[in-house]
Amino acid sequence: MSREDSELWTIAFTFSYLSMLAVGGVNALVPEMHRLSVDVYGWMTSTRFTDLFAIAQASPGPNMMIVTLIGWQVAGVPGAVLATACMTLPTSVAAFLVATTWDRFREAKWRIATQSGLVPVAIGLFSASAFVLARHADETLVAFLITIATAALVYYTKVHPLLLLGAGGAIGAMGLL
Amino acid sequence: MAYAAFMSSRSDVLDSRSSDRPSLMQIALGFGGIAIVGFGGVLPWARRMLVEQRRWMTPSQFSEDLALSQFLPGPNIVNLSIVVGQRFHGLPGAAAAAIGLLGPPMLIVILLASIYGYWNEIAAVHDAMRGVASAAAGLILATAAKMAVPLFRADARLQLAFAIITFLGVAVLGASLPVVLLAIAPVSVAFAWWRVR
Repeated sequence: MSREDSELWTIAFTFSYLSMLAVGGVNALVPEMHRLSVDVYGWMTSTRFTDLFAIAQASPGPNMMIVTLIGWQVAGVPGAVLATACMTLPTSVAAFLVATTWDRFREAKWRIATQSGLVPVAIGLFSASAFVLARHADETLVAFLITIATAALVYYTKVHPLLLLGAGGAIGAMGLL
Repeated sequence: MAYAAFMSSRSDVLDSRSSDRPSLMQIALGFGGIAIVGFGGVLPWARRMLVEQRRWMTPSQFSEDLALSQFLPGPNIVNLSIVVGQRFHGLPGAAAAAIGLLGPPMLIVILLASIYGYWNEIAAVHDAMRGVASAAAGLILATAAKMAVPLFRADARLQLAFAIITFLGVAVLGASLPVVLLAIAPVSVAFAWWRVR
C-alpha cells in the first residue's frame, strides 16, 4: 500500500469516527480535529490548522468546510472529497432513514406529538444560535448595529440579504469595526 | 386547537408530488445556489429559498423539518437537505440536495485555500470578514424571528414557554445541546402528547 493510500484510509477512518460525534454541529469538533491533525497524525502545524480554519469560516457554505480543507491539505482533491463524504455520509444515512420512517407515520399520534413538542425547542435553539453568534461577532457598537440593522431589514423588507452581507463587509473593510 | 398549527399535514406536500414537485436538477441547483451565498450560515438562505421564493414548503413544514434536522446528529443544514430532498424524490432527491449543497462550497473553499498566501497579506480581507459575520448574525436573527411568529398566538403560550426556556438555557446558561435535548425536549413532547389527545 502506497503512502497516499494509507493517508486516504486514515482520512476515511478519522472523519467517519468524527461524524458519529457530531451532535450539535461540526464546529464543536474543531478542538478534536486540531488534536488529531496536528498532534496525532502530524498532518500540519498548528498555525496551518488555524489558517485553514479561518479560510473555512470565511467561505460560503455549510459550517463544516474545515473538514474539506484538512482532507485537501493531506491528500489533495481526492482527500478533500473523501473527508467531506466520510464526515457527512453516516449521519446523512441516519437522517434519510429517520425521514422516510417519519413520513410513513405522519398520521400517528406519537409522531404528531413528538413533532409538536420539538418545534418550539428547535426555534429556541435556532434563536439561541443567533444570539451566541452575535455575541461572538459583535465586539464593538458598530458591529452590533450592523447585526441589528441587518435583522430589521431582513425581517421587514425584501432587500436581498447578500446586499446586507456586502454592506457589512464594506463597513468592516473600511476599518470601522 | 393549539397544536393544529404545528400539525400541518404532510399530505399537502405528498399531493403536490405529481404536479409541481421540483425536479432533481432544480433541487440540486436550489441547494447549490444557497450554499454559495451562505456566508456565516446557510439555514437562513434555506428558509428563504424553500419557503419564500420557490414555495416548495410552508413555513410550518420548514420549522418541522428543521426541528427534525436539529435533533439528528450531523450538520443541521446537511440533514435538512437530506430530509427535504428525500421527501420530493426519495434517495436520488436526497443525494441531489446534499451534492448541490456540498459540491460548490468545496470548490470555493479549495480555491480560497490555494490563493490564501496571497490574500492573507491583506488586512482589509480580515476586517471585511468581521463585518460579514456581524451581518450574518443579523440574518440568522431575522430568520429566527420569522420562525417564532406562530409562537406568539394566544393559543400557543405553552410552546412559547418551551422556546423561551430553551433559548435561555443555551444563550444565557450556556447549556450544551445534548443537555437541552435530554432536559427540555421530553417535557415539551410530553405536554404535546397530552394536548394532542
